[in-house]
Amino acid sequence: MLYREAGEFKSTYRADQAILTIRQDRWFMWALLVVAFLVIPLVSSEYWLGTIMLPFLILALAALGLNVLTGYAGQLSLGTGGFMATGAFAAYKLATAFPELHILVVILMSGGITAGVGLLFGIPSLRIKGFYLAVATLASQFFLIWMFNKFGWFTNYSSSGVISAPPMSLFGDNFVTGPYATPEAKYLFTLTLVVLFALMTKNLVRSNIGREWMAVRDMDIAAEIIGIKMLPTKLKAFGYSSFLCGIAGALWAFVYTGSVEPLAFDVNRSFQILFMIIIGGLGSIMGAFLGAAFIVLLPIFLSNAPHWFGLNIAVDMISHIEFMVFGALIIFFLIVEPHGLARLWQLLKEKLRLWPFPY
Amino acid sequence: MHERKLGEVVLRVEGISLSFGAMRVLNNISFDVRQGEIRSIIGPNGAGKSSMLNVINGVYHPQQGTITYRGVTRDQMKVHHAAAQGIARTFQNIALFKGMSTLDNIMTGRNLKIKSNMLQQAIYWGKAQKEEIEHRKKVEEIIDFLEIQAIRKTPVGKLPYGMQKRVELGRALAAEPELLLLDEPMAGMNVEEKEDMCRFVLDINDEFGTTIVLIEHDMGVVMDLSDRVVVLDYGLQLADGPPDEVRANQAVIDAYLGVSN
Ligand SMILES: Nc1ncnc2c1ncn2[C@@H]1O[C@H](COP(=O)(O)OP(=O)(O)O)[C@@H](O)[C@H]1O
Ligand SMILES: [Mg+2]
Repeated sequence: MLYREAGEFKSTYRADQAILTIRQDRWFMWALLVVAFLVIPLVSSEYWLGTIMLPFLILALAALGLNVLTGYAGQLSLGTGGFMATGAFAAYKLATAFPELHILVVILMSGGITAGVGLLFGIPSLRIKGFYLAVATLASQFFLIWMFNKFGWFTNYSSSGVISAPPMSLFGDNFVTGPYATPEAKYLFTLTLVVLFALMTKNLVRSNIGREWMAVRDMDIAAEIIGIKMLPTKLKAFGYSSFLCGIAGALWAFVYTGSVEPLAFDVNRSFQILFMIIIGGLGSIMGAFLGAAFIVLLPIFLSNAPHWFGLNIAVDMISHIEFMVFGALIIFFLIVEPHGLARLWQLLKEKLRLWPFPY
Repeated sequence: MHERKLGEVVLRVEGISLSFGAMRVLNNISFDVRQGEIRSIIGPNGAGKSSMLNVINGVYHPQQGTITYRGVTRDQMKVHHAAAQGIARTFQNIALFKGMSTLDNIMTGRNLKIKSNMLQQAIYWGKAQKEEIEHRKKVEEIIDFLEIQAIRKTPVGKLPYGMQKRVELGRALAAEPELLLLDEPMAGMNVEEKEDMCRFVLDINDEFGTTIVLIEHDMGVVMDLSDRVVVLDYGLQLADGPPDEVRANQAVIDAYLGVSN
């Protein structure tokens, strides 16, 4: 019995309310952070850092945002891409209009602006629910992308259509965006932000506001009767969720791709992030990360795996397989395990806790 | 039942009529509830008992009549206002937050007492944590009182029916209500569970001084627990008075007690 909570009697509520109450879980988390901050930047190739870890972290942040809204507060949204685009364009406008602004200020402000837009689109959620709300958020997705394409003001009237994020540094010449930024700097910068926001989100969902979100999700009329106000509670979910999605969009455009283009945030992006939280686990912080890892890594795995086995499969076949695997998994998780990979991980731990004795 | 001195009137409904479309669910209902009493509402299924509770805490808005609570007379209550003014309730069909643990369900019952804002909760350390611990203490008292320590961390969706009813009572108690509305808290329970629930209702009333409005079908329970009883039948008020008096009332015998339910 290496993994157990027995003998770890919690003598204070403070200890019992900690994020990770089991000692081994805490070790695991610290180990994970050491690996993420020290080992990965040392051992990873530029390719891994720049094209796998970066999008993974940024998409995990967006998935975290959507999971607050959909997984915790129960408001289904298909507008994630639109909110990410809002963050990206807000960052672009801020960074070009006020070049002296620090990158952190730019990113936080774009999150704030996106939160405002999210609040606006969240107002109808008081009246419409479920399927109709999903359609309304889908409409906001199309509207936002149309707006960014339509009005030249957002792209500073660039004629080429390609707009690049300006180089910006954290301090001195430690650039985190633009051509001078190293993959390590970009990775560590993004990782730090994502870890901080994940911690913040965990704090919210284990506090009163998180319980209010889940209460609204599970039974809104009972929630109202114990004094929870619908509109502010839902709007806080929309606001905070779009805040995170906006920051993810800004990071995507500035740190990852280096260019701001609406196409990166089309409706496919919204669905991709929704699939992440379905596969990773609705209403779980870790689920956002597991789902993002899964969806980023699966295509890479599928395109490499045949070679390992000496098979030769055509590229278009691989993309067909990818679609089929996603489809099957999503149906599986929706029907069998709505709490996703995070729940499977939980079950594994429960088994481990009892091991080697079955009872 | 034991002799008790009833306090002043905390709630008075007067001439309440409620319709859904052409269907009249409550017809000119008037009664009052006094401080510290256990007030029962009885009547056959469909009599309008649950609707009456819904009028009291603002879920339904009557077309006629007034509700006087804590000395203020209104045409209708508002749900949020009722909660903020110390009215809590349980439901005939359990209305728990299925995805949350027993502990979180009961903690949610304290939402109106939490003062820290969203930013403080995001940072957690400091005010939010202090508050969480404070409220956790109170919630643990309720958990001890209801004897549900063992299911503290269990998601409520997995609990048996009787336990869910208990957790729902716990969530209502967490608000430290002045007026507690219980809609068939013992329905569907076995004898043992019923006895426990009766004990809880009496203890809540005794120890916390909470005023209780109780809907219950089990006549034995009603006669034992109640200070006064209102009898409804298809939206009409048949009788109102102490249990013995109601039991002897001919109209009640004819319409309700005479008929096997
Ligand atoms: N929201 C509603 N819409 C339409 N009819 C309702 C509604 N709520 C209750 N009723 C009707 O009112 C009548 C009384 O219901 P209810 O108050 O639940 O009775 P009881 O609790 O005494 O069994 C029933 O005929 C029921 O169908
Ligand atoms: Mg009823």
